[in-house]
Amino acid sequence: MKPITNIEINIENLGFDSGAHLLVKHGLGQISAFDKIEITGQSPEWAAQAAAWCRQHGHDFHTLENNRAVITKCSDKKQRWDRSSATSSEVLKSPSLTLGLAARGAQVEIGGPEFQFKLNKKSEVWSTNSAELYQQAITAQWNANTAIDWSQPQQHSNLLENAVVQLMTYMIENENAALIVPARFLGQLHPHFRETQALLAIQIADEARHIDVFNRRIELYGKSPALSTAGGQASLKTLLDEQDFGVAEFLLSVLGEGTFVDLLQFIHRFAPDIATKQFCLLAAKDESRHVSFGMSHLLEKLKTNPEFKFQLKRSVLARYESLISTSGLNEEVFDALIILASGKMNPEAVASGFKEVQLLLQEMKDGRRVRLERLGFTNSEAIEISSLHTRNFM
Amino acid sequence: MSSKMKCKFILGAVAYAPKVITIWEGFKTYFSEQNFDFDYVLFSNYETQNESLMKGNIHSAWNSPLAWVRAERMGRALGTPVSYGPMRDSDQDLTSVLVVKKNSSFTKIQDLIGKNIGFGAYDSPQARLIPLHHMRKEKVTSYRPRCFDILGGKHGDHTGGERDAALALMINEVDACWMIDSNYQTFSSDGALTPGETRILAKTERYDHCIFTMAPNVSTNPELKAKAQQFTDILLAMQWSDPKVRHLLELEGLKEWRPGRTTGFAQLAKAVDEEKFYDEKGHIIEANYKY
Repeated sequence: MKPITNIEINIENLGFDSGAHLLVKHGLGQISAFDKIEITGQSPEWAAQAAAWCRQHGHDFHTLENNRAVITKCSDKKQRWDRSSATSSEVLKSPSLTLGLAARGAQVEIGGPEFQFKLNKKSEVWSTNSAELYQQAITAQWNANTAIDWSQPQQHSNLLENAVVQLMTYMIENENAALIVPARFLGQLHPHFRETQALLAIQIADEARHIDVFNRRIELYGKSPALSTAGGQASLKTLLDEQDFGVAEFLLSVLGEGTFVDLLQFIHRFAPDIATKQFCLLAAKDESRHVSFGMSHLLEKLKTNPEFKFQLKRSVLARYESLISTSGLNEEVFDALIILASGKMNPEAVASGFKEVQLLLQEMKDGRRVRLERLGFTNSEAIEISSLHTRNFM
Repeated sequence: MSSKMKCKFILGAVAYAPKVITIWEGFKTYFSEQNFDFDYVLFSNYETQNESLMKGNIHSAWNSPLAWVRAERMGRALGTPVSYGPMRDSDQDLTSVLVVKKNSSFTKIQDLIGKNIGFGAYDSPQARLIPLHHMRKEKVTSYRPRCFDILGGKHGDHTGGERDAALALMINEVDACWMIDSNYQTFSSDGALTPGETRILAKTERYDHCIFTMAPNVSTNPELKAKAQQFTDILLAMQWSDPKVRHLLELEGLKEWRPGRTTGFAQLAKAVDEEKFYDEKGHIIEANYKY
């Protein structure tokens, strides 16, 4: 008998309870709607099983003589993928919320749920170098167990140790803010922007590692965490309260973490032990990447929306005003920095340490000014904004 | 006709699973978007639903095939016949299959004479009544039936009895069991049947399943008749490619609504008579039927 179709499938002894549908599905995948495939098999009552499968999937099924049957493929309108939005893998300016969690470029079936991703505009979240920064971050990941030499016994005074512990205590609360702020935005980010998603995720992992090493450093020579002040926490809370991703990036990464890089380098320089020197240097590199993303993102955002500059300036002013009644930097932290740089408790050493901290503050201020100018603020605007930055550094 | 009837077309459906609420709430929203004033009432069993249909308390019933057979008889007996609306594509041309263990010695249905045979719910058309008719036709009348009877009055829609029978087959409590053809694959996929360890020994003739049944007064009242037509037209126009309705169709298990037909209920009607389930007027005469 002449075959009535070009494609013939023999499912042999395979039943539809054991995967025969895949052979049929594969055959149907090779033909157009309303075309036919011929099927034959040897397993008991395979045709009853095939008929049930076809009914469920909308295909017509007819048995023929000699243990054969014909399946007519259903209309495209009954296919799961008809009218589906086949997105390209390019980054869309405003991806539909119904693309949901799908891989960028995937064919997304119609009728899916609409996800509430608040950050769903490219202009709100994008930075062209995100992918590159993520690759850098992956390569630069470090393991606190192997990258840090925790074995050195304490060779420095208790005075210095107490100063280090106070600084670590202070840095932990700052890093908690630096972890929570991107984590909150990550939950609002449309996964379509996977480069930004990956970068925020690894930024969070960076901060978790920093918090871990700072805690380990506190305990290294048997101490407990020191003082956390109301003013310091009030300053950090303003970062958590910020609802706009761009503004938060500005306050946290460009101004805060940028300043933190200077602080980490300062501690690296004067730390009395090898472990602190090592992890401060590594953490400073991590923080620099966070600053880079914030800068890149804001540069691109300001290019398309120059008015955003005024919002950034207002945010610093508003933060300054809300914190004006607080004490600013923890006095103990400030003193700990001087002790660290002094090394000893005598007038000459303290004078030297004090001078170093003053230089640090100036470096921090200059660094902020330079970054602000790179974002397009004039020199006088940059000086003003930099001077209004929180006294808590972050 | 009351003013209430002027504004709403009321459908009865049996709550055989929690998803039934989701389905009909979804349809209610969809009908509303089509400017069709629709509401639904849920019943715990098909018998009460049919009785309500005959009284005109509901205008249509989403009926099982067994419920159609009864409604048709009740309407005829009252001299006010029921009519029908659409059915699902997945309601047409079903078969029930008799499943045995792959390594069993049975080669034909007659080999099961004297053996333990598992059936689904007592009132299941697909897993008891139609199979009984088939076995009678094949002259298999002497055997030990084991009915996995749960949720009476729901006509086996829940498939729980079929599943229990399948589980009993796997632990050799029965030698064979009946199930609707599509459930053979479902139970193999979800592990109730171990894939590759069973085979189909026999299958029934093809039959149809659920169908919208219209109350007797629908064909006599022009306003209700128009409503029923509008209801039918909206259903038939539903497209699987429409994102607004696809999830409803998927929940209800169809790709498209088709014009109804009653040619696929003949086997079941014979089974109902043979098993003395309903009489010719639609009275329930099966004493063991609990719902």
